[in-house]
Amino acid sequence: MFAYDLRLALDSMKRHPGLSALMVLAIALGIAVCTVTFTIYHAMATNPIPDKSSQLYAVTLDTWSAERPYDDDKPDLPPQLLTYRDATYLYGAKAAPRSVVMYKSGALLLPERNGVKPFNAQLRVTSHEFFPMFDVPFQYGQGWDAAADAGPQPVVVLNHETNAKVFGGENSVGRTLKLGKIEYRVVGVLQPWAPSPKFFDLNNGSFEDPEDAYIPYGWGKALEMPVYGNTNCWKPESGDTYQDFLNSECIWLQFWAELPTIADRDRYQAFIDNYARSQKAAGRMPRKLNNVLYDVGQWLDRNDVVQKDNRVLIGIALLFLGVCLVNVVGLLLAKFLNAAPLTGLRRALGASRRDIIRQHMTEVLLIGLTGGVLGILLAVGGLAGIRAIYGSDFTRGSYERLTEIDPVVVLVTLALSLLAGAIAGLYPSWRIGRTAPAVYLKTQ
Amino acid sequence: MFEMTQVTKAYRTDLLETHALREFSLKVGKGEFVAVTGPSGSGKTTFLNVAGLLETFDSGSYRLDDVDVSKLDDDARSRVRNHKIGFIFQSFNLIPDLNVFDNVDVPLRYRRMPAGERRERINSALDLVGLSSRMKHLPSQLSGGQQQRVAIARALAGDPALLLADEPTGNLDSLMARQVMDLLEQINGMGATIVMVTHDPELARRAHRNVQVIDGQITDYKPYEAHSASVTVLHPPAADATYG
Repeated sequence: MFAYDLRLALDSMKRHPGLSALMVLAIALGIAVCTVTFTIYHAMATNPIPDKSSQLYAVTLDTWSAERPYDDDKPDLPPQLLTYRDATYLYGAKAAPRSVVMYKSGALLLPERNGVKPFNAQLRVTSHEFFPMFDVPFQYGQGWDAAADAGPQPVVVLNHETNAKVFGGENSVGRTLKLGKIEYRVVGVLQPWAPSPKFFDLNNGSFEDPEDAYIPYGWGKALEMPVYGNTNCWKPESGDTYQDFLNSECIWLQFWAELPTIADRDRYQAFIDNYARSQKAAGRMPRKLNNVLYDVGQWLDRNDVVQKDNRVLIGIALLFLGVCLVNVVGLLLAKFLNAAPLTGLRRALGASRRDIIRQHMTEVLLIGLTGGVLGILLAVGGLAGIRAIYGSDFTRGSYERLTEIDPVVVLVTLALSLLAGAIAGLYPSWRIGRTAPAVYLKTQ
Repeated sequence: MFEMTQVTKAYRTDLLETHALREFSLKVGKGEFVAVTGPSGSGKTTFLNVAGLLETFDSGSYRLDDVDVSKLDDDARSRVRNHKIGFIFQSFNLIPDLNVFDNVDVPLRYRRMPAGERRERINSALDLVGLSSRMKHLPSQLSGGQQQRVAIARALAGDPALLLADEPTGNLDSLMARQVMDLLEQINGMGATIVMVTHDPELARRAHRNVQVIDGQITDYKPYEAHSASVTVLHPPAADATYG
């Protein structure tokens, strides 16, 4: 019977192409707006490291000025970054099972391969725990150890794209490349890896690409490597030497701790609070004690990765879909009631109410599905439009990733379009199913 | 075949109550050809709708094929309509987008009949009305007489116990009307029970029995005993004959 209903649905759509097209378009527009909004929201709200998001903590200390908070709009929140002196102490204390200190920098990369031009590589200057803490997947080799951080040793880990660019994608472990004036030995190559949002460093855009290469943290000080990110200071600092910068109250380092249990977290909280108290006693950290450990989800919230506007947009998109559906209900009612004499005839010839409702629901679901597919196409076009208009305004990769249509979103969208069709069609189908067979037979 | 006893039916609005059938009683035997006559508004069509389970009634009883159908729910009424009753309407009531074959197919579809059996029944019904060669034609490509013969084929394809015809020749000229009546007589001759509503006395005379309805009541009722009117059985129309 389904095949028969489907045939009747197609015939009905062909019989009223304008009306059917209007309904398909109404659903398609509603679905397209929802898909675009959901796609961006989904990319923003995705947990970038679901297996460990409740064990990894961004460590913050309120080292800011006594006169004013770090963020006037959110005066209760401590700054997101640490000073060099605090980060160095926390890292050296080894109070967490694992912790990492890091920042973003850059240097000129001089490839040894013929034909590849030098380029300014973005670098993550980080302690060795970065790779195991953030479950970074390796294609070849591995990271480095604590000795390489302390040395510092000239070792480097390349990301997948950089290895493809510099070494043609071969296993480059053991090969060398020059970053600035130092020749580094490749010890590891990553698999394609781009957590989104880039939770471990939200300073340069929440959705930017990870860095091209990773070098031991010790090189930062040894080479006086610049900070490619925010450096914030709350008082005038003497900036004559790099050492002055390291000694300053300026904040620029990201610090994370891996704390597998609640007890670990509580212990670590007590540890940083005690440290802050000792600093207060020494005349630093004039604000009231406010040191916060954020797990990954809290960290994304604290940094407004998914802004309230985006949540409001989801509501508006659903509202728009609702308006489209109300229009579809009206059009369906008009169409079905217009064909009521034929429905009356079918009832007279033996169709039950269920037969009539099923026949009309098949048509509605077909309209919904067609609208859904068209909606996805419109959404793909819309997302491409957003990329074209705004892509150049943002850091590398960010908008590409945000506006990539996700298979989950496609499936949700198709389900939504069927649901939308079903909702829109339920009343008109039920109403036409109640057609009294005798009423229209004389006028048919 | 069917027996209505003391059936009443009224149409109500806020201001008005119209009694369409008043204590209407009629018994029709198997194989009978009954003509129901009466002036406009007398209740003929209401009777036919009630007999065809297209409308419910207020009181009384109705037995069809030895089954009390008075209290059936909507689904059961649809099933009875589909299995036991064939309808022939004044304005043919074909579905304009479906070709002849598919129009005849409609009631069989709702019977969930296998495709092969449906095809067989449609072919033989269209053979009987002489339209085998027009299967792929749309109703708009047929004359009025041909359209009514398609409607008759549709009514017959399900092999119903009862054929209900509402002014079956009302939209046809006299030649085509006669041909349709010949066909109905032929079908009745093959054993079908037919109840036909008409206001044409000449057509009514071709039935076995005439029943006159005035103000929702039968005024001229003879209980069914045996065929009293003469029946002329004609040859079926040639398979490819075109009427009109």
